[in-house]
Amino acid sequence: MIHFALRSLLAAAAVVSCSFATVVPAAEAQQRTSVAVVAPWHVSGMEPSQDGYTYLRMQTGETLVGADLDGKLVPVLATQWGVSDDGLTWTFTLRQGVSFHDGTPLTVAAAVASLQRASGKPGVFGMAPIERIEAADNAVVIRLKRPYAALPAVLANYTAMILAPASFDAAGEVTQFIATGPFEVAELNAPQSMTVRRFDGYWGAAPAIETASYLSSHRAETRALMVESGDADLAFTLDPAGYSRLKALDDVDVQVKPIPRVIVVKLNIARAPLADSEARRALSLAIDRAGIAAGILRFPEAAASQLFPPAVAGWHNPDLAPLTHDPEAARRILADLGWKPGSDGILERDGVRFALTLRTFPNRPELPLIAAALQDQWRQIGVALDVSVGNSSEIPAGHQDGSLDMGLYARNYGLTPDPVVNAMDDFGSGGGDWGAMNWDAPAVAAALETASGVSDMAQRVPAIATVTEALQVELPLIPIAWYQQTVAHPAALKGVAVDPLERTYGLSDLRWAE
Amino acid sequence: MPLAMGAASRRLAGGGMLRIVAGRCVQAVIVALVVGVVGFAMMEALPGDAAFRIAAGRYGYDAVSAAAADLVRAELGLDRPAPARLAEWLGHTLVLDLGRSVVTGERVAAAIASQLANTVSLAVAAMLVALAISLPVGCLAGLAPGGVLDRVSAVLSIGLRATPAFLLGVVLMLLLAVELRALPAAGHGRASHLILPSLTLGLFLTAVLTRVVRNAVAETVASESFQFARLKGLPLPVAFWRHGLRNASVPVVAYLGVQAALILEGVVVVESLFAWPGIGHALTHAIFQRDVPMLQGTALTLGLAFVVLSFLVDLACRALDPRMRA
Repeated sequence: MIHFALRSLLAAAAVVSCSFATVVPAAEAQQRTSVAVVAPWHVSGMEPSQDGYTYLRMQTGETLVGADLDGKLVPVLATQWGVSDDGLTWTFTLRQGVSFHDGTPLTVAAAVASLQRASGKPGVFGMAPIERIEAADNAVVIRLKRPYAALPAVLANYTAMILAPASFDAAGEVTQFIATGPFEVAELNAPQSMTVRRFDGYWGAAPAIETASYLSSHRAETRALMVESGDADLAFTLDPAGYSRLKALDDVDVQVKPIPRVIVVKLNIARAPLADSEARRALSLAIDRAGIAAGILRFPEAAASQLFPPAVAGWHNPDLAPLTHDPEAARRILADLGWKPGSDGILERDGVRFALTLRTFPNRPELPLIAAALQDQWRQIGVALDVSVGNSSEIPAGHQDGSLDMGLYARNYGLTPDPVVNAMDDFGSGGGDWGAMNWDAPAVAAALETASGVSDMAQRVPAIATVTEALQVELPLIPIAWYQQTVAHPAALKGVAVDPLERTYGLSDLRWAE
Repeated sequence: MPLAMGAASRRLAGGGMLRIVAGRCVQAVIVALVVGVVGFAMMEALPGDAAFRIAAGRYGYDAVSAAAADLVRAELGLDRPAPARLAEWLGHTLVLDLGRSVVTGERVAAAIASQLANTVSLAVAAMLVALAISLPVGCLAGLAPGGVLDRVSAVLSIGLRATPAFLLGVVLMLLLAVELRALPAAGHGRASHLILPSLTLGLFLTAVLTRVVRNAVAETVASESFQFARLKGLPLPVAFWRHGLRNASVPVVAYLGVQAALILEGVVVVESLFAWPGIGHALTHAIFQRDVPMLQGTALTLGLAFVVLSFLVDLACRALDPRMRA
């Protein structure tokens, strides 16, 4: 018995050691036709409102309207669109000759059914003021409750992808991802990975790449090492250490592109110390943005001089006086407001200490580090900050129940190509879960109504300027840094372009050098 | 080595066996109940609004809003009192229905089946790595306590145990995947993907296992019975083979059962580092996203796996040590 056990153990050990010895180096040399993507996000299932962004980025799903790399709207499944004079009825003409991955044709009825289902789900498309979605002879007609100029931009969001009727079961759940993109889903291993292959019936130009894989890896170290070892061809969201290491390699290219995501501090203006806009200006003046951008993010150009980065077309306002760093001025302002240092150096006024709690979360690893920097920089002007690192959802939850003092997060103003959609949510009357809190600014709310209702630039531009000026002066959110998207890839992979709206990995434009 | 067992003792052993199985079944039921109730209570006690947590898990934090949280709350009935929800879970579990993940909508049983298979293959491979190293090194070190090999392996064991599995994994990745390009750095799907994570986890286990083997062997060799065998004139290898191996293997096998807990600690880190879709990775996400059905199912599976494992260890120890059957 022991003999047997020992013998099988030895045999097993031999098998293990042999398998180590006989591992063959990865096959290279022949012309490659596949691309391996690695990114931090899980792909948990097939529901577009949940995991749709991965399917859109892997170019399996498509929307009626798309956006180019400059954020300009471009036709995809709709060839053209227009709105009625009263701004309430939008007509999207459907592209002809498009097939779903199962070979069935894209019909108006299929597109309408897919959008009707999507409009009942949470997310960007579900929040648009849609009255009903109907089929007209070759077009999808969307009737609105009120004029909404951003509708085409909203239709570019992943939540509005068009899926084939065969994708859904009787209960309306997605059981197969059948859409119209240049790649079709070959295999899904939720939540970690997915593979796609070129769809031969695609209506547009055929990609050079035949297959692609997606791997979710939470660890930035793993993603960087995978590029270095040749296991990944496109690695997104690198940490500073991995970025520097990969940048030094000759056979790896690293690209950095500013995206419309902004690291901000949300302030509960109902808290006594934060109620005065001068106090908020003092907090802003105490922040060393250049230091945070260079020291924590490793991109000095990331320091925010206003809320909207240059990547947010039409909303970045070059006329605004930039946010600066001046702790002396900050101290003076707070002293003028009647704040005096207490025995421990923390400011006090009428028995109230300038002490607040900042909530943040670790999904984006730089956030807790920035929180610690803010804690230190504010401490120097006599403001005490407790940092609570928890789950991202504690910020909107705290907004709802009023328990939030401050929140630090990275807000994506590029959820759709038109930032008015986010701005309405964040700065419209009552503020928003990821926007202003207890900030009452009727002029801004009215300007946002105008900006969202009209497409006419002559009316939009001044309205948007009203919003950006008020945000800069009143600081309901304190901007810290503009996000930089990083991607690493082998130098031999050509055609890599970072989409600032994070709508695509650009697989169809990739090719391997000879 | 035939075991001399009379008919009487065999019958006795059979009866003992039945008792053990019955005892273990009762234990399994108790473990399931305790894991279910305690797991549920712990999730309830966590701060934060579950509806928001689940919405963040489902829609990503860009899209978490009060509206999304309200939809989740209404859909899952999170407003109902905790005892009602616990009773519902217990009722479903009794008929072996683990429900669906509240985040992904996937059937919990199906998700666990695939994750458990991945984790078991990782754990078995890691165990083989650990045994392949620990058995020869530990035996040789134990046969000559205080010798060079004993001291060197002690230092290496302490160093390995003190190295976080995460660091060990990154070093192996740098060495074998980046420098030598011999293995894929991370991922799953090909057999070669298993090697780096199992090597990491295996080395992590080797640290203590080597010392356990070494101590067991050293103790056996120092025993009077073994000394007698040597005095009979048997050469060391023969004496160890006939009179040492079985004695020394009892504590080692018992320790292998204990090691299951260490494996679980290791897989959480190793799976996350190597993007390995196993149960440790799933467990951490279930906790983070307040995915109660997923967490309960995972904890239940792991709890029962421990019961089965310790039962198997008991059986192995009984087979090895005749005194336990007396």
